[in-house]
Amino acid sequence: MNLAKLWVPAAAVIAAPVFGGLIAGIDRKISARLQGRYGPPILQPFYDLYKLFGKDPLAVNRWQPFFAAMYLFGAAASVAWLALGGDLLVLFFLTTFTVGFLVLGASCVPSPFSRAGAGRELLQALVYEPVLILVFAAIFQQTGRWDAAGVWRQGGVLLAQTPLLYLCLFLVLVIKLRKSPFDFSASPHAHQELVRGVLTEYSGPFLAMVELGHWYETALLLMICALFWSSVPGSAILVAATVAGLIFVDNLFPRLTWRWMMARIWLPLPGLALLNLIWLMV
Amino acid sequence: MGMMKHLMVRSRRRSLWMMHFCLGGCNGCSIEIMAALTPMYDLERFGILNTGNPKHTDVLLVGGSVNHRNRRTLKNLIDQIPAPRLIVAVGTCALTGGIFNEAYNIIGGANRVVDVDVYVPGCPPKPEAVIDGILSGLDKFEQ
Ligand code: SF4
Repeated sequence: MNLAKLWVPAAAVIAAPVFGGLIAGIDRKISARLQGRYGPPILQPFYDLYKLFGKDPLAVNRWQPFFAAMYLFGAAASVAWLALGGDLLVLFFLTTFTVGFLVLGASCVPSPFSRAGAGRELLQALVYEPVLILVFAAIFQQTGRWDAAGVWRQGGVLLAQTPLLYLCLFLVLVIKLRKSPFDFSASPHAHQELVRGVLTEYSGPFLAMVELGHWYETALLLMICALFWSSVPGSAILVAATVAGLIFVDNLFPRLTWRWMMARIWLPLPGLALLNLIWLMV
Repeated sequence: MGMMKHLMVRSRRRSLWMMHFCLGGCNGCSIEIMAALTPMYDLERFGILNTGNPKHTDVLLVGGSVNHRNRRTLKNLIDQIPAPRLIVAVGTCALTGGIFNEAYNIIGGANRVVDVDVYVPGCPPKPEAVIDGILSGLDKFEQ
């Protein structure tokens, strides 16, 4: 392949965490304003991250840093792969692999909070992974392409044919970004039933790595959302609207239990996605 | 290099994740600390977040007096907080042992067991004083 093309994924790997961090900062600011508070500065997530990198590295065992690094690597590689215009099915496997490392990192320590968080993270993966694959299948059904570059070049507003699928993707986003009501594996707000779930046992630079990986995942999911309206202004509008929706859902809904999610979301969500897919086929 | 260091000091000053540990006492100080965490005072505007987890903590607020049993718990908690960390003693009990000082089981204030950076006097101190105490300890991060 052409070496000159490599600058696109390289730029994406650098820009994605900046984008993910800014989204986190805007989210915190708007949420604070919605609660009648002044709120932290928009750059707060970057201060947090930089501070964490400067703390003493205290690892529980030697696997923990390894899994944190692999999670970060997997998330960054997924972003690079999508920016390269790679195959969506490979991307699906990359995301699964990434979550796997997060779960392994949380289960390799004796803390019950961390392990319970890991179990819930797996349950969440069980809920959203089928939806993600159906979303990719629908993209293929519509455009005849599995590669992201081809989908993007084909242009058009995929959203018009796939509103239900986009709704499912939005719910996946809520689950993946740990927004309430689906924030039970690792809530961004500490002091909840599981402390911080999968993140409980990470500290200092290792926590920073996991946080950075999370920003990559945010960017990745929003990039997938952008595929649904493949023109630069169109995808910008779509992504902005999606982020606004996320913040409002986070603030409007009370926190729920994982049982609620399994019961109400597990079957209906892929069902809704499948319905949309069938509609595309007939 | 100077710039990276400057940025690190700035980040540490702007991002303080705190945890509160009550050793004993009458719990009045804990209630005031909780009051300081309410949306009314909006600690998040200083970058202060309540974590409840020593591994994520930068600032530990200690209330109450130390006795022979809880000193181990306090030491254990502090060992889990990665450096650099700030330890703030809140209330007369954590400063000197307070009204419990003469009791047979009391060792004294928190500084008998750990190195305290900031002392916030009062029985109990007001939430404003607690916030002021945390923020006046920030200069420790300059070093
Ligand atoms: S200092 Fe006063 S208010 Fe605080 S715990 Fe001790 S007795 Fe209670």
